[in-house]
Amino acid sequence: MKKKTRSRSTVLYSVLSVVIFMAIWMFISSTKAGRIFASPVRVVEAFVKKAQNGAIWIHIFSSLYRALSGFLLAFACALPVSFLMGWYRPFRLIVEPWVKFIKSIPPIAYIPLIIVAQGIGESAKITVIFIACFLVMVIAVYQGVVGVDNTLIKAARVLGSNDFQIFYRVIMPSSLPHILVGMRLGLSAALTTLIAAELTGAQVGLGQMIQEASMYFQMDVVLLGIIIIGIIGFLLDRMVAVLERRLTGWQETRKV
Amino acid sequence: MAGNTQGITNAMVKIKNVKKIYETSRGNVAALDGVSLDIQKNEFVCLVGPSGCGKSTLLNILAGLEQVTEGEVLVNEQPVTGPSSDRGIVFQQYALFPWLTVEKNIAYGLRNKKLTPQERNDITDHYIAMVGLDEFRKSYPKELSGGMKQRVAIARAYAVNPMLLLLDEPFGALDAQTRSQLQAELLTTWEKEHKTCFFITHDVEEAVLLAQRVVIMSNRPAKIKKIVEIDIPHPRTQATRMESQFVELKNEIWSEVYIEYLAQKK
Repeated sequence: MKKKTRSRSTVLYSVLSVVIFMAIWMFISSTKAGRIFASPVRVVEAFVKKAQNGAIWIHIFSSLYRALSGFLLAFACALPVSFLMGWYRPFRLIVEPWVKFIKSIPPIAYIPLIIVAQGIGESAKITVIFIACFLVMVIAVYQGVVGVDNTLIKAARVLGSNDFQIFYRVIMPSSLPHILVGMRLGLSAALTTLIAAELTGAQVGLGQMIQEASMYFQMDVVLLGIIIIGIIGFLLDRMVAVLERRLTGWQETRKV
Repeated sequence: MAGNTQGITNAMVKIKNVKKIYETSRGNVAALDGVSLDIQKNEFVCLVGPSGCGKSTLLNILAGLEQVTEGEVLVNEQPVTGPSSDRGIVFQQYALFPWLTVEKNIAYGLRNKKLTPQERNDITDHYIAMVGLDEFRKSYPKELSGGMKQRVAIARAYAVNPMLLLLDEPFGALDAQTRSQLQAELLTTWEKEHKTCFFITHDVEEAVLLAQRVVIMSNRPAKIKKIVEIDIPHPRTQATRMESQFVELKNEIWSEVYIEYLAQKK
């Protein structure tokens, strides 16, 4: 009973949150600032127009393609590297300082270098996203691997597990929560870097759409681009959250 | 093993003059200084001593998780070179795999044994029943109390049927009531199966209740100070704690441990 009223109130507050936010937006767009902040109606119109001639889907698709291929490549490389870092001390001592050093550089700083090297084609953007995602994920997953409870490894050993079995029966499941945190951080890094890369030069993509629209002062299109990026980021994050709930429900967590 | 017909003179575990020195940044620290001990098959031996004296070091060496600096450890005449499922451990911190349910935790060690799925399930069921956790077989460790977690850990260690069971202060983190309950359960199980047990504790009463022999260790670098036979007949119960023989043995051992404790403080 109590749970039901609680979920109903959650829905109510969510609706309220949207209404309040839209009201503020409408209000701002009705003032002088409306020249810059196009009203929700105009943004929807811009969306319909771009959806009808198909342009918006091409922008969304090419941005998603870049972000996800950079992310997936990075994920595939980050897993073995972070596991090696957690397992072999020499490997960690050699690799870790460079991971930390390059991670401290904002990707925007090296985007021009990569564009000069690889041109403004797809590969340059994927490379930039790859680097940013890879570094974020390596650090997150590595934390998980070194954080594995040593007693669990001992317990597995005396129950007859060899090194290889300990790796996939203890280290892997034990680091899973950190892998998922890494995925979340990686996806958000992918999106951030993607837009930065597209703003510096691209034929299509949401970043390019925003850049071009701003040059012609089509503020409704600019806002539309920003909102779509927000929605994509939100949906991707939710997807990992669902994975997290399904795969790591065994974790001891405090209740909020 | 079953084929051992040489009887009690041929101990299952032989610890021969074991020394253990740790190399630390502040120099060498001697943890064990010539420890010798035999454990017979089917025996329940408790090791007591002041905290930090090297009890766990000896247990880890027996398990094969640590190597001796000098000396030798033989189990069934074979030197211990590394961990093996012949020697199970129950840890104080339970060490359950949090991502596995109760039944999968208990079955963990069975995956490496050549068993049919049916046999595996039967063994798992048997030990879930032994620790009385049928209702919780699908639960994750986070849903269990400390006492239940330790029951799972004990069942998991038993399930692989080790020759020797090593228990490292298994009840140290439990409240008094749960502790005496688990002591009673362990006692009953031992009285039924006579699994060879090497049990570390700093609770002298616990040692006297459970063991056939109590081994008292000195301060670091640890040596064996005294071995006390506990010839109180089985089955032992909570009432055993009241018997005068029990109290005498407890006091005798406690005074030995206390002297070590005082020496440590100086």
